[in-house]
Amino acid sequence: MSTHNIHLQINDRPHDASVEGRLTLCDFLRGNAGYTGVHVGCEHGVCGACTVMVDGLAVRSCLMLAVQADGCSVTTVEGLSTGDGPLHPVQQTLREEHGLQCGFCTPGVCMTLAALTQGEQKPSSETLINAMSGHICRCTGYQGIRRAALRLAGEAVAPVEDHG
Amino acid sequence: MNKPEPLTDRYIGKRQSRSEDLRLLTGRGVYTDDVNPPGVLQVAFHRSPMARGRIRSIDTSAAQALPGVFAVLVAKDLERYQPNMLSFFLAPPVVPVPLLAVDRVCYVGDPVAMVIAQDRYIAEDASGLIVVEYDEEDPVVTLDDARSGVLVHPDTESNVAAATGADELDPDLEEMLASAPHLEVIEMKHQRISQSPMEPRGVVAAPQGSGEMTVYLSCQGPQLAARWFSQAFDLPQTTFRVISKDVGGSFGLKGQPWREETAVVAAALILGRPLKWIEDRLENLTSANQAREQDMKLRVGFDLEGNLIASHADYGINNGAYPHGADSNIAVMMFLWAAHKLPAFNFSAKGWFSNTVGLGAYRGPWALESLAREVLLDRAARKLKIDPIELRRKTLVTKADQPTMTPMGLALEDISPAECLEELLKKVDVAAFRAEQAEARKQGRYLGLGFATYIEPTAGTAGVIVLISESCHIRIEPTGKVSAIVSTHSQGHGTQTTMAQVVAERLGVPFEDITVYEDDSSRGGYGSGAYGSRQAVAGGGACIRAADLMADKIRAIAAHVFNAKAEDVFIRGGTVHIMGAKQQTCSLRDIADVAYAEPERLPEGMEAGLETQYRYCPPPLTLTSAAHACIVEVDVDTGFVKILRWVSSEDVGNMINPAVVEGQVAGGLAQAIGQVLFEEVSFDARGNPTAVTYKDYMLPTIFDVPVFEYLHGASAPSQTVGGFRGVGEGGCIVGPPTLVNAIADALAPFGELKLEFPLTPPRLLELIEGRPIAQKNIPAPKAEPATAPDPVPAAINLPSPSSPQANITSPAAPSVDGLWSFVLSTPMGPQAFTGKLAVDGSVVSGTFYTKGEEASFTGSISGNHLQWDLKVTKPMSLTLKYDVQLEGNQLVGKVRMGVFGTAKLVGERA
Ligand code: FES
Ligand code: FES
Repeated sequence: MSTHNIHLQINDRPHDASVEGRLTLCDFLRGNAGYTGVHVGCEHGVCGACTVMVDGLAVRSCLMLAVQADGCSVTTVEGLSTGDGPLHPVQQTLREEHGLQCGFCTPGVCMTLAALTQGEQKPSSETLINAMSGHICRCTGYQGIRRAALRLAGEAVAPVEDHG
Repeated sequence: MNKPEPLTDRYIGKRQSRSEDLRLLTGRGVYTDDVNPPGVLQVAFHRSPMARGRIRSIDTSAAQALPGVFAVLVAKDLERYQPNMLSFFLAPPVVPVPLLAVDRVCYVGDPVAMVIAQDRYIAEDASGLIVVEYDEEDPVVTLDDARSGVLVHPDTESNVAAATGADELDPDLEEMLASAPHLEVIEMKHQRISQSPMEPRGVVAAPQGSGEMTVYLSCQGPQLAARWFSQAFDLPQTTFRVISKDVGGSFGLKGQPWREETAVVAAALILGRPLKWIEDRLENLTSANQAREQDMKLRVGFDLEGNLIASHADYGINNGAYPHGADSNIAVMMFLWAAHKLPAFNFSAKGWFSNTVGLGAYRGPWALESLAREVLLDRAARKLKIDPIELRRKTLVTKADQPTMTPMGLALEDISPAECLEELLKKVDVAAFRAEQAEARKQGRYLGLGFATYIEPTAGTAGVIVLISESCHIRIEPTGKVSAIVSTHSQGHGTQTTMAQVVAERLGVPFEDITVYEDDSSRGGYGSGAYGSRQAVAGGGACIRAADLMADKIRAIAAHVFNAKAEDVFIRGGTVHIMGAKQQTCSLRDIADVAYAEPERLPEGMEAGLETQYRYCPPPLTLTSAAHACIVEVDVDTGFVKILRWVSSEDVGNMINPAVVEGQVAGGLAQAIGQVLFEEVSFDARGNPTAVTYKDYMLPTIFDVPVFEYLHGASAPSQTVGGFRGVGEGGCIVGPPTLVNAIADALAPFGELKLEFPLTPPRLLELIEGRPIAQKNIPAPKAEPATAPDPVPAAINLPSPSSPQANITSPAAPSVDGLWSFVLSTPMGPQAFTGKLAVDGSVVSGTFYTKGEEASFTGSISGNHLQWDLKVTKPMSLTLKYDVQLEGNQLVGKVRMGVFGTAKLVGERA
């Protein structure tokens, strides 16, 4: 079994590791580096739960090998906000819109939305909703995820009427 | 403090942001795979590649020799532990369920061996080195195969896993159907569904070395799981503690541990090492119990005004090889006509074994009742040329009709599907839609509007020992913080938030000051967790009562300490206010200081500490009602369905958190859309699964699910403490018929839909273009049959008509006097009891003994035919009607059990 020495940044901290060639990036991030916020829902690139940012782009970490991340900067959901600080705007919006239930798909959803809204980007709601079609959520019926995506694109979302 | 203080802080009914979200959004949730006890080893299962075969040999030597492999176990290695694989109701299985395959494999994915290694990669490498030789046999795959094929389990009499209802047709009912002015008949086939929680199953079994086994489990409730392990293993020296912090969805799948989880626990007991197994998606789509594969023929007689005259249902459900509980799904029959004015109804329902993975629960397991009924009503409306809404107005039980009884004897007091429908019609302008539809058709566009109504049993307890009560234990800690330990459990339900809302409001403390714990069986009392849409009703009621008890205790202490009257004390914002000549306040911490540290300052006789506990038993059933409407457009060139609008109108009683309620409805509706349009666990003719990734098993995406509109105008408080109703399953029950009716309405110009699901574009094009679709499954070449197919199993123990000895009216029949052991096959599993019978002329009398109780009866005997009635009060007041025959040395017959349908009875001489 081939092993490789890799050096990468994870959530702005340097990491050195010796990994087998076949080790997936998601298993490396979870098992070796301890970032268990990376969730594995299918291991074949469909569900989107494992999405992380690699050099600023949203990537399915089940479809990438750890060796391929050598020299890269990886951000997981743990890197979006500090442990005790305020939530990242994507996280805050998802919370306000009840965009999650079990939370298993959520880190992936956060990472895709964060990648597409970072910096000066002003994505359209269409861009964000299209991107959300790559994330399977079995719980919410996408109602809150859609509202959050619209709000992150700067669209006004009518407050949900209170019927209670 | 010039303004009068309101008595409580309002949290019930608020769209409170969820406390769970802070950890889940930041990647700090703790799911089972996130738990790594020191020294944990990983498990991979070696599974059967064929649906049916005999195991000739298993060679694990190469696997054992692989560096990093700790152990390779096969069935005989686990023999020391033979857990009784109980159903969710804790009933024993009707066929033995091995942890690992013994001698034969029964489905593709049947676990044959388990590899335990230092990491999962090595475990899977080693699993690939195991060599198993099989003699392959022809499998029994579909319901039709099961009805006509060889026995799935050689020691059973037939492939019937469970049966309720009557095989023989009732001549009176048949006459009513035959003479009805209009007879509507539908036949439907529902595909198999994978619950597909985004987190698959998983377990970490960590033996503690002193008889304590800690099991981290992806489950629906740690209390029930701990009880299940404890009763299944039955090891007096071992205590099972189950911890389940965050669970990534379940939808019925994780309601009870099953073969893999239990095998991992057994292996951990044997090896004394912590073991972890995390199911991967391939395993989840092939080897986790599945749901919904059913067929039904439903016949309904109408008069020409659309009133119902009579109905009969013939129903089958595929139980696979090892169902979580052998099941003929009696709830389908209980709820098929529960909300409708129907004079006469009868049915036959059977669960069938097959060489496929076993049946499990899935959100609204009985949902086929709504799909069959609502689709049939629309079809009849089209034929009778009655508006489908008018037809429902005629047939639905309204508020004014209640109290009343359903055809199967269920009491109705406060259902409101008719009222939900009227609310719905305030928002959905049917006349405007019909005009738009007519206009669109002129342009070759096909729009459709579908309606459905239903009622849903929630928080059901009747007769189900595991569901009777939920508990809430509240502590004001010495620090003044509030802990609530509740027997609810969230796999996304948000019960940490909703239960805290209830406690906060009833106790008068800020929401933020309350921590709800529901993750550890050792921390609180027994409860079933999430099952049957029960948590708001049962858990909410327990929280209300426990919080009220705590508020009473705090008031009593404050009144005593401040020399005031208890009525003048109230708690608000976490502060205790003492009204009177001079208003005073103190904190909960002050009260806690007295309660924990200065017991002498407590009222006479009061127990020290600040802890209360309430175990709430909700009513046997709390019924939720709803009416839904949806509008679709079907593209007649491609067969694609676009959902344009969906409105739900629900009677959910009081809501704790409307955002959580709507989240449950929306999640259920998205799953409904998946069932109707996309999802199918499919098999080829050899029983090989053909949808084993999410590229083949298609779940709805954000593009497939519309924005839902919710109306709660018809909501009325239920009879429960708190007035809540359950809402967890409804969307998945009423959603499918709503969508199917909309598609049927859109395509009505082409004829009636063939009711085979999912309604994929090729299937819709078959109707639109009037031609059958190409054969989907090309039959695979058959293997040599290992045994000649024998449609009539030799073991079947029925009198043969040609054999004179078996003549059941033989005058020389032996007497029935004496002791008998009986097994009654109830929907909750087989029930065993003993009984004593004595005959005097044409009178039979007897006594039954069960769990230390006795019940006596008298009835009649004529020839070999015996009949008697037995009144019982548990689980509810029922008259059980026994009708049995003496056949040789057996008493065989059936028992009519009112609302629970008809069950088979077999008695042997004791
Ligand atoms: S786990 Fe990577 S896409 Fe599903
Ligand atoms: S919140 Fe459960 S899968 Fe999305």
